Amino acid sequence: MTLKVSTLMGACAIAAISSGAMAESITIATVNNGDMIRMQGLAADFTAKHPDIELEWVTLEENILRQRVTTDIATKGGQYDVMTIGTYEVPIWANQGWLVGLNDLPADYDADDILPAIRGGLTVDGELYAAPFYGESSMVMYRTDLIEAAGLTMPDAPTWEFIGEAARAMTDKDNEVYGICLRGKAGWGENMAFLTATANSFGARWFDMDWKPQFDSDAWANTLNFYVGLMNDAGPPGASSNGFNENLALFQTGKCGMWIDATVAASFVTNPEDSTVADKVGFALAPDNGLGKRGNWLWAWSLGIPAGTQKAEAAKAFVAWATSKEYLALVAENEGWANVPPGTRSSLYANPEYAKVPFAKMTLDSINSADPTNPTVDPVPYVGVQFVAIPEFQGIATAVGQQFSAALAGTTSVENALAAAQALTTREMAKAGYPK
Amino acid sequence: MARAVSTKRKLWFTGLAWLIGLVIFFPILWTVLTSFKTEAEAIASPPSFLGFEWTLENYATVMERSNYFRFFMNSVIIAVGSTALGLLVAVPAAWSMAFVPGKRTKDLLMWMLSTKMLPPVGVLIPIYLISRNFGLLDSRAALVVVLMLINLPIIIWMLYTYFKEIPGEILEAARMDGASLRSEIIYVLTPMAVPGIASTMLLNIILAWNEAFWTLNLTTVNAAPLTAFIASYSSPEGLFYAKLSAASTMAIAPILIMGWFSQKQLVRGLTFGAVK
Repeated sequence: MTLKVSTLMGACAIAAISSGAMAESITIATVNNGDMIRMQGLAADFTAKHPDIELEWVTLEENILRQRVTTDIATKGGQYDVMTIGTYEVPIWANQGWLVGLNDLPADYDADDILPAIRGGLTVDGELYAAPFYGESSMVMYRTDLIEAAGLTMPDAPTWEFIGEAARAMTDKDNEVYGICLRGKAGWGENMAFLTATANSFGARWFDMDWKPQFDSDAWANTLNFYVGLMNDAGPPGASSNGFNENLALFQTGKCGMWIDATVAASFVTNPEDSTVADKVGFALAPDNGLGKRGNWLWAWSLGIPAGTQKAEAAKAFVAWATSKEYLALVAENEGWANVPPGTRSSLYANPEYAKVPFAKMTLDSINSADPTNPTVDPVPYVGVQFVAIPEFQGIATAVGQQFSAALAGTTSVENALAAAQALTTREMAKAGYPK
Repeated sequence: MARAVSTKRKLWFTGLAWLIGLVIFFPILWTVLTSFKTEAEAIASPPSFLGFEWTLENYATVMERSNYFRFFMNSVIIAVGSTALGLLVAVPAAWSMAFVPGKRTKDLLMWMLSTKMLPPVGVLIPIYLISRNFGLLDSRAALVVVLMLINLPIIIWMLYTYFKEIPGEILEAARMDGASLRSEIIYVLTPMAVPGIASTMLLNIILAWNEAFWTLNLTTVNAAPLTAFIASYSSPEGLFYAKLSAASTMAIAPILIMGWFSQKQLVRGLTFGAVK
């Protein structure tokens, strides 16, 4: 009897030790947005399927997160097992050998279902280096009541000329209604995301095929003159310090006739809990100038695995779960179809239930119309629609963004801002050793 | 002879002092008020000052989403630990500079202060690599040491100023009575400098509590203090102002309360020696 009890206790102890030893904890770095927070809330589904894996979350503001994960991955700090990264980081980090390839995800993951534009932005030399959690482009969000009152009809694919005309017609400054709200706050991911994508549709580009900066071109002058002129005529006061959130607040409180920004904003402006104009919002593709390129961008918040992690298999299991078709169904079941992370999988857009979401089709069309490998009218040596996928871009574009923001604020002229942008970009690119 | 101050002048200055006080306090007040609004009310234009529907929903959401007490305890350990360690090093250092100054003491003090002029990001990679190599990333020990080193020049400077006010003859008398150096510092100097040490300690705790560069860069999960807690509620794409305000209020409340209770000591210490 004593022997049996001892044996049983020994077996229990071994089992406890083994299960303790097997339980693996992975640290996931995420940004603070609705979709990511929702994922944390639904993570019990993953841990139920993988009881041997524990999840630790580190949620940070986007810019802090970018700084943290970049430091960690560059120094092989090993603090994170899964990182939330964007389409800008993926090609750069993959070329540095900092990311684990994801071509060996299970067959039922169905990587072929990922939208081609998004997948292309996350693939380097045929290897997928990050799995998209949600994808976004940019589009026109407009007030149906105001455009109707102005006697105009928004086409599905408007031109910049029409946008300018409509913005001026909708503006009623006495009643604090401004025809158009656009990003003006300086930053590579702020005004320069919008202006780089806009410039593409005006035939401008950052560099020619020899990596020579192109801010001295007519196309850039046309872009910036149009932007500053339009904002002066029909934009809100203090626009040079407005980013996504400031414009969202303006639109939701009924002060913007149109807003061209991330497709993810569609779910915010149509949410009656937060938006006073939820039932008066229409959507259209980002404008063009008839040159074959629209002024929309392409971005995907994606989950990547740093090459230094010791827990690659557990991290892959998590990435596969969070970006799977099953996860989308799980969100729909718990939170409704409107809250499903958009812009990643073709099957989502083939789903008749999801097709009922008002902004679903326009989001898909916007994503599909962006081409990160061929973003401009004239050929370029870089990848990226609203960015140039080189490590130097963040610093250069933020400095250029400050010049353009100053032009919008009226503290410098468009000509001077472009000249300064040309000079600083030329200097920094020479310092970085381009052409390489 | 004290100069007579007219009542009108007194009222005017009192009013001005209140106005300046309110302007300085306004961002904190606004943060606290926003924390009781809904997200829609938080962005309403024109904003409502008090006439909104008060809600505790943001606090409930924040408490549900984050382990506040883990962040709080990390803040306490890091702030108190770095201050205690800093005082342990700074008291003897300030003693030697105040009572047995050398030819280069002033230069040394200036040099120590000059380390505060270096942008922290300039030494981020070396400190990150040292922490990684010693296995100290995401540990409270690393932050205690780093924050102690960062605030050490300020602690030494403050203590040096206080110690300079203490007559050297008192220490000399203790020495003549046979006190060792250790006894002189512990039993004679320290009790006399308690107000100065207390205000230095309080100021250092506040600085360490609010430090947001190293605490964000050297931590992930286990050692993350309240600065990381706040950062998790900020977002460039999405309106979380009310929740962010609730998180900020919860993060600053402990240090604000501590500051209120100790303001007498703090003011006394900071103005010590200012008027002779």
